[in-house]
Amino acid sequence: MTTTLERARPAAPAPGPRGGGVPPGRVLFWGAAVVVPLVFLGVFFAWPVAAIVGRGFVTDGALDLGGFADVLGRPRTWRIVGQTLTQATLGTLGSVLLGVPAAYLLHRCTFPGRAAVRAFVTVPFVLPTVVVGVAFRSLLVEGGLLGGLGLGLDGTMTAIVLALVFFNTAVVVRTVGGLWERLDPRAEQAARSLGASPWRAFRTVTLPALAPAIASAASLTFLFCATAFGTVLVLGGRQFGTVETEIWVQTTQFLDLRAAAVLSVVQLVVVVAALALAGRARARTERALHLTEPVDAAHPVRLRDPFDMVAVVVTAVTVAGLIALPLVNLVVRSLRTPDGWGLGNYARLAEPADVLRVTPWEAAVTSLRVALDATVIAVLVGGLVALVVSRRPRAAAGRRAVAGLDALFMLPLGVSAVTVGFGFLVSMDRPLGLPLDLRTSGVLVPVAQAVVAVPLVVRTVLPVLRAIDPRLREAAATLGASPARVLRTVDLAVALRSLGLALGFAFAASLGEFGATSFLARPENPTLPVVIFRLLGRPGVDNYGTALAASVLLAALTAGIVAVCERLRSPGVGSSW
Amino acid sequence: MSDGLGVREVVVRYPGAARPAVDAVSLDVPVGEVVALLGPSGCGKSSLLRAVAGLEPLAAGDVAWDGVGVTGVPVHRRGFGLLFQDGQLFGHLDVAGNVAYGLAGRPRAERAARVAELLDLVGLPGTQRRDVATLSGGERQRVALARALAPRPRLLLLDEPLSALDRSLRERLALDLRDVLVATGTTALFVTHDHDEAFAVADRVAVMDAGRLLQVAAPAALWSRPASRRVAEFLGYEAFVEVPADRDGAEPAVRALVGAVEPRPGAGTTLALAAGALVVRTGAAGAGDVVGTVTLLRSRRGRTEVVVDVPGVGRVTAFAPAGWSCEPGTSVLLRADPAAVAPLPGTWVAPDVATA
Repeated sequence: MTTTLERARPAAPAPGPRGGGVPPGRVLFWGAAVVVPLVFLGVFFAWPVAAIVGRGFVTDGALDLGGFADVLGRPRTWRIVGQTLTQATLGTLGSVLLGVPAAYLLHRCTFPGRAAVRAFVTVPFVLPTVVVGVAFRSLLVEGGLLGGLGLGLDGTMTAIVLALVFFNTAVVVRTVGGLWERLDPRAEQAARSLGASPWRAFRTVTLPALAPAIASAASLTFLFCATAFGTVLVLGGRQFGTVETEIWVQTTQFLDLRAAAVLSVVQLVVVVAALALAGRARARTERALHLTEPVDAAHPVRLRDPFDMVAVVVTAVTVAGLIALPLVNLVVRSLRTPDGWGLGNYARLAEPADVLRVTPWEAAVTSLRVALDATVIAVLVGGLVALVVSRRPRAAAGRRAVAGLDALFMLPLGVSAVTVGFGFLVSMDRPLGLPLDLRTSGVLVPVAQAVVAVPLVVRTVLPVLRAIDPRLREAAATLGASPARVLRTVDLAVALRSLGLALGFAFAASLGEFGATSFLARPENPTLPVVIFRLLGRPGVDNYGTALAASVLLAALTAGIVAVCERLRSPGVGSSW
Repeated sequence: MSDGLGVREVVVRYPGAARPAVDAVSLDVPVGEVVALLGPSGCGKSSLLRAVAGLEPLAAGDVAWDGVGVTGVPVHRRGFGLLFQDGQLFGHLDVAGNVAYGLAGRPRAERAARVAELLDLVGLPGTQRRDVATLSGGERQRVALARALAPRPRLLLLDEPLSALDRSLRERLALDLRDVLVATGTTALFVTHDHDEAFAVADRVAVMDAGRLLQVAAPAALWSRPASRRVAEFLGYEAFVEVPADRDGAEPAVRALVGAVEPRPGAGTTLALAAGALVVRTGAAGAGDVVGTVTLLRSRRGRTEVVVDVPGVGRVTAFAPAGWSCEPGTSVLLRADPAAVAPLPGTWVAPDVATA
């Protein structure tokens, strides 16, 4: 590249395809594509996080590690950190153990109703965390379906781990299944023909090929489990928590902002470590995906085959016991009122509940409006990031810059929603020094939700853009297409097919967002998850019943919107989720 | 300046590579001519093609059309079409959408007519609405060819367009490709590593090795007069014999081969031997017969080939009549066939000096 630039070429002064003479329109476009997301992330993510870190380290303008010594010296902190890591490890193990057989059954075998089961397994991933917490609790409490069995699971770590597995099995199934679908079956067949037993062929050929995807899914699952908030807050009671819930407790209950800041830094360290692992595993997965063509290797389920049998049993238990049971139970319980079965709980959605100033219906409308704004922001910012990061610049420096951007925009995925919400709270009273208290304006809620949703959009659109063979763009160029037309007719045309899915994920994430919103929502304008959580905290059968009905409403809204968005995408286009 | 493509001292260098992928190559492709770039994998032929297309930056040199430099012209304004090895069809468009891609901005009726015309030309009439995912490998390449030809590129670049196909399809498509290029009067630069394919499609063949151009010639001339031992080796010449100063003291095989070539090569000349330079003699023994030991027999397209060890020549492939057979280890009589012997230049000695 430098050779091209430095070489004197008096005979051909015309601008080259790269180099000094790039048309201003293109510079402007790509400049904006890089700058807009960077500014967004800088103002609404980096700065609030930096403000928190500052609070942990700095007192009255001087470096002060006293806060760290104090908070890290409390036994309570270490109990919480231990619980966070234990829950995340158990949740990850459970998700992988249940998810891998399900990935095999749903992506390598065919059976009637496979598409429906595939869709159903994905449902938990988009369900709001508060709803999942409520669903598991209504199942396990005394008087609940499983509460009477004497298991005593309500308020235990087992309940939390089960809920985490409920969420994250979908992550494992989608990530591992997506790669499994593309694995060339002939490698395993070659191993079999060399005398390997089915088990040895699986262990020595298939499993190593899947390892990057499993590692990637496991590190993501660990990340999601370690930063779980809504579910843990609902299920954990006073006894169990994560660093995430502890930040919330320290901020809102004990008003100890310094402790919250120190815990946010601890959380940041855990997240960055998990993200680094996930990133490395993902890079290997994407490399592996380049090597293989999608193959149609699915075979009908063979119940005599021990592999298929194990997969069928595990998947059946997962789908029926872990996923369907809590959801069905939630719906059934919402129909039970003190006067017997009926729609009483739903009727109360139109009344201002208890101490709240708004009705759950009004909160649902607020939720939809906020989620719409957040989705627009997230798809714009995330789409631009995916576009920039999917480029493969010729120069090594350019490639490093792209890789850096990629990693940078993954950070909000793990850096907990609570940290973002808390960060907004401490930094947005005078954003960038402007005399403008954004905390009272209500714009922070959609912005915070967008920060949380951007990585989802990037991860959905980016694999699709990256999978475009660069020679396809070259073919378009040799047919006379300008760079702008190549972008429109190749990149965008292909990316559009994944946009429906990205929209759905972003909308679902925003609609159910609780961590950041719980800090930022105005009391007169709460979102539905906030209302559900408040109702749970109030005494009375009616409040509990209304919370169940509101949870069903929120779940139905989310699932419905995702289903509509899934319809928008073309068949065969998936994502690495 | 000349008409058509002019490549002048072009150098292509990849970051981190020890030597340039294309090293000061110059080549002309006059309008209407089809030139094949022939060479082993990694010789730089595809890099040269991509540089001509504008997809690789030049480290030095110039690419011109009709004498006008196009080095600074971006890919999409060059009017050079490119056909990839695997077609690179747009999966989100149907066949017609693919073929019409390069016709943007023309009236709809004209586009449709041009698409139909080209699909006829490549032997796929009426496939406009087909999903490209349902096409076979050969059909994909035909659609890709139609797509590349649709905007009437002033030059068509073909990057191993047939090598992903199986042998019989490749041989048939090579002939079809030649017909289509001739019928449309297309100027083309065609990259391949298969010399049969190069000979079948091209008017002239340029042999490349290690980033350099070794020889450019019409197929027949290239075969009968390879410019160097490297070219001869790549074309499939399998043994090389140096003409000795003292013919009478040489091995009988060498004497027979030198004696068969007209005009007589001088001492020090190298003779390149293709398969069949020696032929198994089945009739009565004659003068100048050579003895070889059979190491292997094989049948190729019905003809018997015998791998023989011949003193003074080495291990070569000799032809035998169909159905002929013997045990390995047998000694056989052989005679020289001048049609499969090429003297290499450089050591070429004019006949009047040689016979002195």
